[in-house]
Amino acid sequence: MSILVHEKTRLMVQGITGDFGARHARLSLDYGTQLVAGVTPGKGGQVFEHNGFKVPIFNTVAEAAKQTGATVSAIFVPPPFAADAILECYDADLDLAVAITEGIPVRDMVRAKRAMAGRRTRLIGPNCPGLVTPGHGDKSHGGCRIGIAPGYIHRRGNVGVVSRSGTLTYEAVWQLTCRGKGQSTCVGIGGDPVNGTSHLDVIKLFNDDPETDAIIMIGEIGGNAEVEAARWIKAHCKKPVAGFIAGATAPAGRRMGHAGAVIGGAEDTAAAKIKIFEECGISVAATPSDMADALLRIWKG
Amino acid sequence: MNIHEYQAKTLFEKFGVAVPKGAAVQTAKEFEGALAQLDGTHGYMVKSQIHAGGRGKGTFTNGFKGGVKFSATKEKALENAQAMLGNTLVTAQTGEAGRKVQTIYFTEAANLGKRADGRDDEYYLAILLDRATSCPVIVASTEGGMEIEHVAHHTPEKIFKVQVDPAVGLQAFQARQIAFSLGFTGEIFKQCVTLVTKLYQFYWDKDCAMVEVNPLLVTQEGKLLALDAKVSFDDNALFRHPDVVALRDLNEEDAKEIEASKFGLSYIALDGNIACLVNGAGLAMSTMDIIQHFGGSPANFLDVGGGATKDQVTAAFKIILGDANVKGIMVNIFGGIMDCNVIALGIVEAVKETGLKLPLVVRLEGNNVEAGKATLAASGLTIVSGDSMADAAQKIVKLVNNK
Repeated sequence: MSILVHEKTRLMVQGITGDFGARHARLSLDYGTQLVAGVTPGKGGQVFEHNGFKVPIFNTVAEAAKQTGATVSAIFVPPPFAADAILECYDADLDLAVAITEGIPVRDMVRAKRAMAGRRTRLIGPNCPGLVTPGHGDKSHGGCRIGIAPGYIHRRGNVGVVSRSGTLTYEAVWQLTCRGKGQSTCVGIGGDPVNGTSHLDVIKLFNDDPETDAIIMIGEIGGNAEVEAARWIKAHCKKPVAGFIAGATAPAGRRMGHAGAVIGGAEDTAAAKIKIFEECGISVAATPSDMADALLRIWKG
Repeated sequence: MNIHEYQAKTLFEKFGVAVPKGAAVQTAKEFEGALAQLDGTHGYMVKSQIHAGGRGKGTFTNGFKGGVKFSATKEKALENAQAMLGNTLVTAQTGEAGRKVQTIYFTEAANLGKRADGRDDEYYLAILLDRATSCPVIVASTEGGMEIEHVAHHTPEKIFKVQVDPAVGLQAFQARQIAFSLGFTGEIFKQCVTLVTKLYQFYWDKDCAMVEVNPLLVTQEGKLLALDAKVSFDDNALFRHPDVVALRDLNEEDAKEIEASKFGLSYIALDGNIACLVNGAGLAMSTMDIIQHFGGSPANFLDVGGGATKDQVTAAFKIILGDANVKGIMVNIFGGIMDCNVIALGIVEAVKETGLKLPLVVRLEGNNVEAGKATLAASGLTIVSGDSMADAAQKIVKLVNNK
């Protein structure tokens, strides 16, 4: 098994009629993902067509779930309306809401996260690349691709990857694939200060997943989520973990693209996080080119 | 987005948060009129308005000391204001270049109360997001008028925090907890409960990233006042606050960062000499890191985003080349979805258009990468190809350092 999603996971896309949502809906269909529904309020009854695929569009998430059996939603809704789209997922009791949208106001996320506490629906993101469980086909075709990651760089295997950043995730995945090591699931948790699923949440899932044998955890400056995960790994994780922290050269107080990547206190710096990673037995990649090799130094696959 | 102190205090007043009376002006001929509105019984404060801390301890490039000055008389206030306006103030936070003071804020000086031990009666109050809990947190301290980091480090027991549940908002008992924690009683206690409540309403309603009052003080007449105000807003929420956007002061922002944002580029200037152009924030940050790892020094952070176009790449090159310190460029693109050849065509066009003479190393990976590499090779331009991030970084560092 993989974590969170697998080849048969039935997916809906909120915002499927927008440029961004439509583009990635097509790529997911081409990848072989079970994209079974689209949601755009007011366009219910229309059909999203691509390469012979016909995806029905619904007015509400609840209706889409009921009619198609979709359990996961990818959210491509513009920022002012994105928190509302997230909350619609928990109202419909979905398993997973994956918010790709970048630029959601912090206040909206603070409220949405509070509203989802104790609910069944797990949130990944926002401002994230989504997640991929690679398929067994050529170039990992047939997998579950939710979000904006390139599907073809993956290969099915036993390494779990978790990261805040999209392109750094692709970098790690590509390094693994080029070295013949496939992935169980790759999760981008997003670069915002308030997000749904944390590094630690994903690490726990990987630790319990029989298909995942080793883990790459990629972090950034800002916040203490990576430190929290590293301490848990030291105490509980049964699997080898390699890590990388981006932002060693970032000046304090400046936001490095991601809203969450700001050095606030002494604990937020890359150097402080790297030191804690090492103390917790994580094999630290010295550079982003070294992520897969850092793992292979402690795990032979 | 940051705003000036005088703008923050105007907003405070709108929300019912007590501040000393003041007036802000942009020209010297308005000085007298501004001062005439104020009661100078206890003197005046003359405050340079720039988006940087440490103003009081700053020095102007003309040698005048202090960007914030107490002035006992109107004449002294005028003299101080003349010395500040139009001049460049250098503080611990501005960098060597400093900032030109374009607005002077006059306020009535407060008749500061004293504690039993003789110290000024100053407190600290701030509201911001607690990332660990994803909830707003109110931070208060009896130790105002100094750096809160210093207090947190040396006397953490003097910092008091109240976490607000966003489902119900700030509760009355929580505002009382803050007022009790600061040791207030009687009338000042009531004023504190009101001030905390109003300040939280401001923080929440206006989508603030942070509100900081340091110091909050008690006057001898028994009034609680926000003496200073530092406010920043969540950029993502500006779309619903046109009144806040109107307060933006472009003079306080880096011209190149503004130019970059027009093209949807995220750019931050640094002190080094190797420029980088990257897609994705995490990759851009780690490209800076890898340049430094191999002995170079990054000149900037530049994220062209996930779906960069030819125009964006050209604009990015122009912005990079606007920095005279730049001695070489590293392009690092992981074109997962976007076509590497489109990026390559953009690079070639940008190099031709800008007449680039500096060393350029390009690392392309991903979709249609062979065509992209072929485009670069066929361009006739001196573009060095990097096979991996490490390879590209090593090559550009070598090219720049050997010059």
